[in-house]
Amino acid sequence: MSLLLALCTAVLFSFGTYLVLQRRLSRIVIGVGLLGHGANLMLMLAAGDRGRPAFIGSEGDFTDPLPQALALTAIVITFGVTIFLLALAYRSWVVTHDDEVEDDVEDRLIASRLDADRSDEGTRP
Amino acid sequence: MNSLIALPVALPLIGAATCILLGRSRSAQRFVSIATLTAVTAIAIWMVVDVDRTGTKVTQAGGWPAPIGITLVADRFAAMMLAVSAIVLLMVLVYAVGQRDAEGHHVGFHPVYLVLSAGVASSFLTGDLFNLFVSFEVMLTASYVLITLGGTKAQIRAGMTYVVISLLASTLFLTALAITYMATGTVNMADLSGRIADLPEGLRTALGLLLIVVFGIKAALFPLYFWLPDSYPTAPSPVTAVFAGLLTKVGVYAIIRSQTLLIPEADRAGTVLLVVAALTMLVGVFGAISQNDVKRVLSFHIVSQIGYMIMGLGLFTVAGLAGALLYIIHHIIVKTTLFLTAGLIEHTGRTGRLARIGGIARRLPVLAGLFLLPALSLAGIPPFSGFVAKLALVSAGLDAGQYTVVAISLVVSLFTLFSMTKIWAGAFWGDSHGDNGQDLIVEGRLGTPRVMTLATGVLAVLSIGIAIASGPLYRFSERAADDLLNPARYVMEVLGR
Repeated sequence: MSLLLALCTAVLFSFGTYLVLQRRLSRIVIGVGLLGHGANLMLMLAAGDRGRPAFIGSEGDFTDPLPQALALTAIVITFGVTIFLLALAYRSWVVTHDDEVEDDVEDRLIASRLDADRSDEGTRP
Repeated sequence: MNSLIALPVALPLIGAATCILLGRSRSAQRFVSIATLTAVTAIAIWMVVDVDRTGTKVTQAGGWPAPIGITLVADRFAAMMLAVSAIVLLMVLVYAVGQRDAEGHHVGFHPVYLVLSAGVASSFLTGDLFNLFVSFEVMLTASYVLITLGGTKAQIRAGMTYVVISLLASTLFLTALAITYMATGTVNMADLSGRIADLPEGLRTALGLLLIVVFGIKAALFPLYFWLPDSYPTAPSPVTAVFAGLLTKVGVYAIIRSQTLLIPEADRAGTVLLVVAALTMLVGVFGAISQNDVKRVLSFHIVSQIGYMIMGLGLFTVAGLAGALLYIIHHIIVKTTLFLTAGLIEHTGRTGRLARIGGIARRLPVLAGLFLLPALSLAGIPPFSGFVAKLALVSAGLDAGQYTVVAISLVVSLFTLFSMTKIWAGAFWGDSHGDNGQDLIVEGRLGTPRVMTLATGVLAVLSIGIAIASGPLYRFSERAADDLLNPARYVMEVLGR
């Protein structure tokens, strides 16, 4: 396994994790993209040592073609879902002029009710 | 005959393509999708009977032999899950056609719904870990579209949380797959079954943990459940109903399958699962009590109920797993019925907020009956299906000597009953006139919901059927659980060695 590619995977995963934790959907999209690349790179690494020829012909010591097939499938899926996420971000921008992921409305309602209860107790002698 | 088990995956996909071609005619779309799901239901029921009689069925897609090609396996567990899901998918579709809300306003509803059905079926039938990932994606991508179909502000907000968390889980799943392939050189579940035991201990633990986290997010286990009550209630009622009934249960199915088949016997984390199960039950039910909206109360209940299923798995006995399976069957049907009833409540009162509805019991007694039946069943009151399922789990827990988790599960049942009475008192009892004297019941806004009531009624009757047929069903579950705890049989059927 190539050390450089392993390091690449680590960097992609760490940057992706950081970006996914942001509140803006545009950053989350990029974060998800990076994480997806990291996972796909890891699948490719599973094919074994570098330097072996691709799976063409019938003789010799080939690199394992299965991880490449898996990675290809995964790339297509990640691509499609990322496009959907972008469409969602655009729709969010059209509706609210913002792409920030908001808190749950109902949760905020219950939290504010709790606060109100607490301030009631505070005013009671 | 074995290749017939590919039909529940293939038929809905063909149906979806046909529906896209028929985009102009809604009635043709309806005909195609209802016919497709009826056929799938028939095949699935036939599969349950046939698999139970003649044993596990295996087919290799494209004729590639087992460890390399995509394997489809229908054992008792998978066949039963498939049959129950097919029935629920069909009934919810009928309900959606009756409601004409999401279904009538959007060309894409039928194709996407059928793709979702194909994804669910494929998740149950697959014998290949990577194909499980693909099935999840097919199912989830369809669900992303369904949950945001209306494009309203609330749906977009909820959809974002749902899509991002699901994507994260999928990426983790892909990572787990990469690690699995690196370590073992295979992603076929039967092939993996023997090989994971040979791996070094640290790697086994990491893999096991990754898989539990991935499937735990999908199944909404504590502490990975936050996205569920947040996103489910905003979708149109039929969509929420089918999500509530099926999607999390696909996660539970994957947890049970991976824990029994992939993880070697010595590594089974029974105690951890039992602790997680107890916390999931408690947190879910407390969340439900604090909510004031019908759909949100029910959404938190999904979380709570997942705990019961994981409790059955955590025992790792035949009785425990049989109880879990019976519980899943009961839960899928009852939960879907409750969400469909919630949709009917919203239909009659224009809202699901408990403060703004009331007095339905006197004006619409049928609807009240349709709610009361599954609600009592969910709480585990005899003689309904919930009682049978909970009894099976509790007695399995007592046999295994896990008294703490049994006690917690009984307490949670009481709280479940309490939160159901909250909905009952808020929506069904009381005055049907608001504070200002306006009528809270807006009947016939979109015509009489006769078809909707019929679809809900069929599922409610089915849940009584589970209670009546609980004897044979439990014996079937025991046989399925026995299969699950002897993974060598599964491996034998798939690999032939």
